Amino acid sequence: MADKIHVQSNINGYDVDFLCESRQSLLEVLRDVLNLTGSKEGCNDGNCGACTVTMDGRIVESCCILGVEAEGKEIITIEGVASADSLHPVQQAFLEEAALQCGICTPGFIVSAKNLLEREPDADEERIRFWLAGNLCRCTGYDKIVRAVLKAGEVMRKG
Amino acid sequence: MATVTGQEVVDPGEYKIIGTRPVRHDGVDKVTGRAKYGADVQLAGMLHGKILRSPHAHAKILSIDTSKAVALPGVKAIVTSADFPILKDQSLDFGETQGNIRMLAENILANQKVLYKGHAILAIAATDQHIAEEALDLVDVKYEQLTPIFDVKEAMSKDAPVLHENLTTIFRVDRFGKGEDTGVKGNVAGLIQFKRGDLDEGFSKSDIVVEREFTTQTVHQGYIEPHTSTGQWSQDGHLTIWTSTQGSFVIRGATAAILGIPESMVKVIPMEIGGGFGGKTITYLDPLVAILSRKTGRPVKITMTRKEVFEGTGPTSGTYMRCKMGATKDGKITAGELYLAYEAGAFPGSPVGGGAMSGFGPYKIDNLQVDGYDVVVNKQKTAAYRAPGQPQAAFAVEPVIDELAEKLGMDPMDFRIINSVHEGDRAPSGVPHLKWGCEEVEQAMRDHPHYNEKLDGPNRGRGVAVGYRLNAGGSGSSATINVNSNGTINLITGSVDIGGTRTAVAMQAAEVLGISIDDVNPTVVDTDAVGWTGATGGSRIAFDTGRAAILASYQVITEMSERAALLWDVDPSDIVFEDGIFVSNKNTEDTMSFKELASKLMGTGGPVTCSSSDTQGGVGAQLAGHIVDVEVDPETGKVDLLKYTTFIDAGKAAHPSYVEGQMQGGALQGIGWALNEEYFFTEDGTMANASFLDYRMPTSLDLPMIDTVIIEVPNARHPFGLRGVGETVLIPPMAAIANAIHDAIGVRMDRLPMSPGAILEALRDNK
Repeated sequence: MADKIHVQSNINGYDVDFLCESRQSLLEVLRDVLNLTGSKEGCNDGNCGACTVTMDGRIVESCCILGVEAEGKEIITIEGVASADSLHPVQQAFLEEAALQCGICTPGFIVSAKNLLEREPDADEERIRFWLAGNLCRCTGYDKIVRAVLKAGEVMRKG
Repeated sequence: MATVTGQEVVDPGEYKIIGTRPVRHDGVDKVTGRAKYGADVQLAGMLHGKILRSPHAHAKILSIDTSKAVALPGVKAIVTSADFPILKDQSLDFGETQGNIRMLAENILANQKVLYKGHAILAIAATDQHIAEEALDLVDVKYEQLTPIFDVKEAMSKDAPVLHENLTTIFRVDRFGKGEDTGVKGNVAGLIQFKRGDLDEGFSKSDIVVEREFTTQTVHQGYIEPHTSTGQWSQDGHLTIWTSTQGSFVIRGATAAILGIPESMVKVIPMEIGGGFGGKTITYLDPLVAILSRKTGRPVKITMTRKEVFEGTGPTSGTYMRCKMGATKDGKITAGELYLAYEAGAFPGSPVGGGAMSGFGPYKIDNLQVDGYDVVVNKQKTAAYRAPGQPQAAFAVEPVIDELAEKLGMDPMDFRIINSVHEGDRAPSGVPHLKWGCEEVEQAMRDHPHYNEKLDGPNRGRGVAVGYRLNAGGSGSSATINVNSNGTINLITGSVDIGGTRTAVAMQAAEVLGISIDDVNPTVVDTDAVGWTGATGGSRIAFDTGRAAILASYQVITEMSERAALLWDVDPSDIVFEDGIFVSNKNTEDTMSFKELASKLMGTGGPVTCSSSDTQGGVGAQLAGHIVDVEVDPETGKVDLLKYTTFIDAGKAAHPSYVEGQMQGGALQGIGWALNEEYFFTEDGTMANASFLDYRMPTSLDLPMIDTVIIEVPNARHPFGLRGVGETVLIPPMAAIANAIHDAIGVRMDRLPMSPGAILEALRDNK
């Protein structure tokens, strides 16, 4: 049995200590150690984007990051996107625009889209499609997802 | 708002809820990451399982030595096919398809023989998944390799290697009929045949005949969530399963049958499901976690890797097809002959019956013959995939229609409209149609701006295709309504919600009861908590489970009318329920809203809880059509989509956004199937592209917006006219894109995928 390593990280605004094996991915740590199961595993090789989180403000596939790499990092998962009393504009737009069907890819899309709009709130359709090309959705045909992100951008620009 | 008298909706009129676009009830949980899917199940003391899979496509298992694996610290139990009871051949309903329980068990764990690369052999439970994985490497399996067969045409030849020694061809003239055993041995498990009129006479009347051959490759549903199941076997014999499935009762039935235990001892808890498209209507993992839990006394979870999903679950068939059609100069189709040979994979049960029923479905043809062959090959056992078998058949028929129209000098939509199918005409299977929107959809396509606008530029083309489907359904749904004292209701069903059906069903109850959609709390519960409910498949949930909810709502109104009668001291027959208000015929000043009356239930006889089950005999016929503009790069062979418009006869769109979502998602899967997707097999039967990197599904960057046009020709079988919209949307895309490619570069593509290499080859052959 592999030895466990002590890691200190900040997840969704809270300082978190956890133990993980060196071979465990950040996704495994989030889901199996910390019970943050909102990040999903679709492929475990960085191709579907369902496990997307941000690490120090950059989007990463948490299945392709080791748990130990979270040391000293700030991580935001889907569980850290809404505030206690309201949804983030991206989440709200996904609901209003019916931008999800089965919902398994939704956490990854929302983390990804939020990150884009924080950088570029005026991102247009082409830019959104390019940015989200790392997130696979098999249900929606992307149409309503793209429209939701456009709408969220509008809301965020108005502040 | 509907007016309800007794059990009938007499005046559909304008609806208050049906046709609106409320936010789904499970939406907030799904955008915040709180919704619990199968892999999110965490139980105290839970073990993790991994599956050992065959490296060979066809081999005898000579021996299995697990001694080293068992000795690895952390390994707790192993299950092989020897742990299954010996099963007899017995038919079982899987929701969209049917199967044989013995063969299902042999697909879950190989028994003596492996029949495809990736066929499961055993499963190991350990304290974590990494240890279980390490243990797999320590298992020593000895094989005697046999000659595999992969090609459907070769598998049908007399001297082909045989997968199952005792397999004989069953002849059917009815898709779900028992059929007649021909006694002919080989790899052909079934032949389904539809005949009408006189084929020779029909062709002799035609002025023009087109005959073409087509091939398609194995493709996967591509749901993003891998299969997963967690089992807990209790010492008292009760088995609880948390699983990702489209049909909790299907899993219960199959698991109980495979394990030889009563269904009453099995509770299946359907978790939120991350896509299925038909592929999650059968069981792969549930009996394994059950046995591993029985052996260890601990809960056991198995979650497949993406590679396992590709190699070890059921994609849809690769095919070889021929289509021959004749027409007169004035555009009347006189005869059609369709030959379909579908790969079933390792065990019988390809969806060829679906293809046979639907290929000629959009056309009135007096003389036709359809022959559909179900052929076993050393590939993954196919499972249902959205309109099972029908997209392939449309890919054989629709390009021939396009070519006939071209040669007749007719507009392809006009040609379709001339041969359109109406109420009273017979489907290819012989069943007469109720009213449906075949011609309405075709006219909407012909009149649409997209069809009529100019498309300029070199190597650009426009294509159209339609798709017919008989939405089967009919497997039954149950619903329970509990009326709360504040006038809200809890709506309880067993229909796994794969794309918004909780809300689409809740809307129907709200419409009948005259309450707001926010006053309905719809919940999907386990198999102990609701009446039997078939799988979420066959485009039937908004329809069937909707009907069950409507029937339960009628019962609620009947019971509450009795309470109102008690309060007003009149006969229950004097109570009318209209626009959400109970009114007494005896004294029209006696009125009470649903909410008011709900607060008086405890004093008038106690809670109102109504349950209903519905087994309406099927959703009925449906037409969808797609118009697509493409641009082909003749240098690279790459096809880009410029514009895409989809049409469907939804009957009535309960929640238009969800109907549009089905149309757009169906288009996406069809575009992938048309242009990129295939199982790329090496010579030994290895799937060489078993990852999302190499099995390339469309991304947001590959697609334009997908425009939608909903046509509503109400379905007489549903109180609000719904038809169910989940599947027909996947039937036209491949043919529409093939026809567009022809319009762009003048070549008729006869195989899928129409990848850059295939396009370049076709261009070269054309010169």
